[in-house]
Amino acid sequence: MTKSNIQIETKALNVTFHNNPVLKNINIEIPAKQLTAIIGPSGCGKTTLLKSFNRLLEIQDDVKITGEIIVDNKDIMTSGLNVPDIRKKMGLISQKPYPLPMSIFENVAYGLRIHHGKNPKKVEEGVHHCLQEVGLWNEVKDRLHDPASRLSVGQQQRLCLARAIAVKPEVILCDEPTSALDPIAAQQIERLLLKLKKDFTVILVTHTLRQAKRVADYVIFLYFGMVVEQGPADDVFTNPKSPEMKAYLSGEIS
Amino acid sequence: MLASLIIVIGSLILIVSVIVFNGASSLSFEMLTQTSEGSFYLSSGGGFLNAIVGSLILALPATAFAFIVSVFIAMYLQKDFISSAFSSFIRMCLDIMWGIPSIVYGVFALTIMIAVGLRGGSVLFGIIALTLLEIPIITRSIDESIKVVPDGLKESAYSLGSTRFETALHVVRRQAMPGIVAGVLLGFGRGIGDAASILLTVGDSNYFPTSVLDQTAALPTIILNLAGMPEKTVQNKAYAVAFILLLIVLTISILTRYLTKKSSRYIIK
Repeated sequence: MTKSNIQIETKALNVTFHNNPVLKNINIEIPAKQLTAIIGPSGCGKTTLLKSFNRLLEIQDDVKITGEIIVDNKDIMTSGLNVPDIRKKMGLISQKPYPLPMSIFENVAYGLRIHHGKNPKKVEEGVHHCLQEVGLWNEVKDRLHDPASRLSVGQQQRLCLARAIAVKPEVILCDEPTSALDPIAAQQIERLLLKLKKDFTVILVTHTLRQAKRVADYVIFLYFGMVVEQGPADDVFTNPKSPEMKAYLSGEIS
Repeated sequence: MLASLIIVIGSLILIVSVIVFNGASSLSFEMLTQTSEGSFYLSSGGGFLNAIVGSLILALPATAFAFIVSVFIAMYLQKDFISSAFSSFIRMCLDIMWGIPSIVYGVFALTIMIAVGLRGGSVLFGIIALTLLEIPIITRSIDESIKVVPDGLKESAYSLGSTRFETALHVVRRQAMPGIVAGVLLGFGRGIGDAASILLTVGDSNYFPTSVLDQTAALPTIILNLAGMPEKTVQNKAYAVAFILLLIVLTISILTRYLTKKSSRYIIK
């Protein structure tokens, strides 16, 4: 990988919760405009790694983070940075969709307004565009002002995606975005992520190996808080080097 | 279990029916539209509009002040702003404040009043006593409703690049709104019905107060005065006042339910 197409790089990243190490000496490079899957058994630190990229860990109590996380040639862990500016570059899709307690329209308009101006016409265009991008427009165009909580879970997840891209981030962080969804809604999200990687760097935490095989360009395999293997998906899946990765692929550990 | 249920519901029905039976019968239109005459506690002259107005003049500003203070305390109590050790200390202080008998707030306000050289009572110090009484109630209600806002929702807002204040103002506020409404009305209900905190500080008056340093009548204090009189007719006036107070509190209760439901429309479960 050349320097220019690396979106996120970590150097000696360590995270502890209440003095328990969760991530140990993480050194990874995540390629830009590709879909990177973070895989590994439950409780191995996948979500923690994902949330370290937009400095979401520090709102928890008693977290210690050391090391560097380099985004756009800058270490985002440097003190004194404007954290909302860092987070603005990274949309987050969580496991359970959390629409904001507002109408469908306002959910998407919220990010547009706080970052890209309050001009009503532009906000309306932006909302339309983002909802269309995630294939939600036709389903909700007649009830834009209904509470977002009335949508189905699958629709809520797509709304969260629309809300995230409205901010115009560089990266979309996805934390098991399909695990709460029915198969059809899950497939819609997968397809969307594949479409979105043209414009965004997509990082997907998943505990289903099959999903990673279907969609990933690049793979990071975590095991007990350490990166055991990373590389292009084809290499890692067809030619695993570590015994842990081999065991994980064969289904001995999951 | 059935026995305790009967005790609870039975006493509620008993209290309400005694007040309605005695109060409604001695209540007259003049009582609600006229201010007290000189001998209100002795004969049947005049009404108690001055006390209704007085109670509102005490409880409304007190609730407003308590709300402003409470919102900021409740917001800062969250882990987004201060450490959890410090916030649990403040929560403990508020719980102690909640448990302090209201007469103590009354004595406290009286002490300040005497220290600044006022005698006999004033609206201002009644408001001070009620504000102190309401702050822990409103703060803890708002605090509890903010505490149960899901972390995932706050994370969503932060991930969109919102600052802590934008998150608090636009997202947490909306989600916590039903609890905020309930807390404010709970505080107001407590404030308007409390006698002990204003007993020593507002004095009494037959007229509407015209400045914050005037004395004023209030519903709970005139109930106390009327009920202590020997004549049956005067005592019945106490029931009439209690009936009005009950109606006010009932209205607040219904309003709380309505507004809580209304503000729940958008919240995320």
